[in-house]
Amino acid sequence: MATGIKDKVAILGMGCSKFGERWDMDAEDLMVEAFQECIEDAGIETSDIQAAWSATCMDEVSTGKSALPASLALRLPNIPVTRVENFCASGSESFRGATYAVASGACDIALAMGSEKLKDTGFGGLPNMSLGSLGDQWGANFTAPGMFAQLASAYRAKHGISADDLKRAMAHVSVKSHANGALNEKAHLQKAVTEETVLNAPMIADPLGLYDCCGVSDGAACAIVTTPEIAKSLGKHDLVSVKALQIAVSDGTEAAYNDWDGSYFQTTRIASSRAYDEAGIKNPRKELSLFDVHDCFSITELVTMEDLHISAEGEAPKDIMDGFFDADGKIPCQIDGGLKCFGHPIGASGIRMIYEMYLQMLGRAGKRQLESPRYGLAHNLGGFPQQNVCSVTVVGKYE
Amino acid sequence: MIGLTGFGAYIPRLRLQRKVMAEANAWMNPALMGLAKGERAMCNWDEDSLTLAVEAARDCLTGVDRDQVEHVVYASTTMPFEDRQNSGVISLALNLRRNVSAMDVTSSQRAGTTALLSALDYAKSRSNGKACGPVLCTSADNRKTLAASPQEMMFGCAGAAVTVGVENIIAEFKGSYTVTDDFVDHFRGEGKNVDYNWEERWIKEEGYNKIIPAALAGLFEETGISGGDVDHLIVPLVTRKVPETIAKISGVEAEKVRDTLSANVGDTGVAHPLLMLVAALEDAKPGDKIVVCGFGQGCDALLFEATDLLSSLTARDGVSGAVARRMEETNYMKYLTFNGLLDVEKGIRAEKDRRTPLSSLYRHRDMILGMVGGQCRKCGTAQFPKARICVNPNCHEVDSQDDLPFADRSCKIVSWAADRLAYSIDPPAYYGMIEFDEGGRVNTDFTDCIGENVEVGQSIKMMFRVRDVDEERGFKKYFWKATPVT
Repeated sequence: MATGIKDKVAILGMGCSKFGERWDMDAEDLMVEAFQECIEDAGIETSDIQAAWSATCMDEVSTGKSALPASLALRLPNIPVTRVENFCASGSESFRGATYAVASGACDIALAMGSEKLKDTGFGGLPNMSLGSLGDQWGANFTAPGMFAQLASAYRAKHGISADDLKRAMAHVSVKSHANGALNEKAHLQKAVTEETVLNAPMIADPLGLYDCCGVSDGAACAIVTTPEIAKSLGKHDLVSVKALQIAVSDGTEAAYNDWDGSYFQTTRIASSRAYDEAGIKNPRKELSLFDVHDCFSITELVTMEDLHISAEGEAPKDIMDGFFDADGKIPCQIDGGLKCFGHPIGASGIRMIYEMYLQMLGRAGKRQLESPRYGLAHNLGGFPQQNVCSVTVVGKYE
Repeated sequence: MIGLTGFGAYIPRLRLQRKVMAEANAWMNPALMGLAKGERAMCNWDEDSLTLAVEAARDCLTGVDRDQVEHVVYASTTMPFEDRQNSGVISLALNLRRNVSAMDVTSSQRAGTTALLSALDYAKSRSNGKACGPVLCTSADNRKTLAASPQEMMFGCAGAAVTVGVENIIAEFKGSYTVTDDFVDHFRGEGKNVDYNWEERWIKEEGYNKIIPAALAGLFEETGISGGDVDHLIVPLVTRKVPETIAKISGVEAEKVRDTLSANVGDTGVAHPLLMLVAALEDAKPGDKIVVCGFGQGCDALLFEATDLLSSLTARDGVSGAVARRMEETNYMKYLTFNGLLDVEKGIRAEKDRRTPLSSLYRHRDMILGMVGGQCRKCGTAQFPKARICVNPNCHEVDSQDDLPFADRSCKIVSWAADRLAYSIDPPAYYGMIEFDEGGRVNTDFTDCIGENVEVGQSIKMMFRVRDVDEERGFKKYFWKATPVT
């Protein structure tokens, strides 16, 4: 009977490129930038890597299809390399492939790469996306901000919170992330903003204004994983291990069955419950030290506090306004700036979240360092409120 | 007995104020100020002659079992396709039977009355000794005009529809008379967008005032009545005093001349005779004689007599409901943009290949054009789209769904977005999750929205609309959109 992968996999090394408008780099260059840091951190050779996963979501505007771009860029030595994609949760999918390969005993050392090059499209935000040949004939004329903005109208209707109060809580989310990002040299945006600026910003999709929406970035992040035993044999002492990795994907009920009310993520609730079971976490509000969530939009982060069973139903705005998730709060959220400020190169994001957890656990987070973090959670979401992929990864000190 | 068995109308919600049009263009043509009173119906960017005809037909088919409709005739001079049966698209949008026969009628401003005559003939010949279901005659026009033209001021757009049959008759068809005469008051040649018009005085004196009375005289002789017997005279021409002059020439009393709807709708082209006929049916008393004329290279004149059944017809919007569903529009630039007369910067998000995979459209034509979803035979869950595996998490039965049309089901907003990033020619792009009271939901585009009536819980009516236009290939794409019920 399967018991999950808690403590079966340790992170040997990680790397992350500078995120931002990398006019000077292709996706392949960014992969190399992240990989160089990672392989040096791991203390191994490229020839030691036995399998690799590479996440890129929008291949059509950067590398093109298949795992070849990664394998060619990194000169991986004729090993199995798999390209994965699950919308914005692609990075977590890559990490999952590598982690499961090691946990299953199929290989000893695996690489999880995630990258995205979005700034060659000419778009300010994400480029137009197809919903497939049938979906394009009837799906709404959507953008990501519009799809996620629906959470706000539904959340207000369900919990009776006023538009002003909700907007203020959303603004706090962004102000907090900006303050955190300002301390991160690799972040795309490193500038604090005031609540007033956020509240008065131009509207993108009511009530999401400019500062409620994460931007679009270029970047890459990667991890090399192995067993704790092999990591120790290679001279690593303080290990960060994977405590849980759970993914829940929509089955159509949110979109087509009259049950879900539009105000939360059904998948996040399921994936996080499973992840807490796998990790042995009984009370996330008490046991988590820090977490990074998929703050593509401030409203997403807000409802995710409840979906991760950290805030009680309807209480996220209060927790947020109380500073519970601020850098000096009980459980700092987006200590590295999040998607909002670190940036959101789609394929890289899931891995970037784990990068910060990893640095924090090893005391290498510099100005952002938290005191003795034990468990860190990465929440990575792809798709839309009514149909999506949710990944929840918990990492922590290997004891 | 053959006659009308139902009626319906649809007028686009936007009513462009003639004053703002005239003021914008007076520098070019000061005479426009003389036409600057009232308002004209204006299509939203996602309405066209096909959508107008569908909505009018839906209104007309209130209380009618769609499976009973035998034949559909569609009349317009502004059909979206020159070769792809437009009435076939309409029949799918209305979920009519597969073996319904369909016909497009075009090329003349009297195509509406000609279509009606054809519908009446069809019902008559089909019913010889046997039952004949309702025959649907629907019409619409949305004619292009040049900026600063009198036509721009005077035209409107609308859909009007009637059903014709041999039982449950609300207005009996008493007879008709047609004059076919190549009087070219205006024309629109192949490949041209707008009409070319000759001199108004000649049109009145040699056309309207001679050809229509000739048709009326023929009708009166054919049906054994005189002008004085007419209770409602429909002359669908908005040029000042023309209907009154024709009434005088033909011996019809001045008070029986029906309002041409020019003050608040405009001349809706092919739909106009039927639109005025629908308005007449809303007013008529049993026994009233209604004469409807269609003018276009000749004249059709038809006589109907209202029956006792008229007052017991199931309530529907009709012209009065359509006129009341009104939103004032004062932005003339918007009108020009929606009608392709002004090129605006659409931005990078408008760049998209809009090619439709026709094999996919055909496979899913019921869903896309008819909004047909499914209902699980095992658990009863209504769901859109129809799926091979039931969406009910407690069911998941395979291949258990019957077709279920969704367009007429009551529904409301669950969540919504006003998206200023998505490309829209009328920003913001509204869309969201709509939930049907009897089961099923769909995340879909909204239209005809005013900000304050878009809220969770708002009642919605689904409408057939243009979803997108593949300009490169000349292919319009349709689907259903949510409109807040005001």
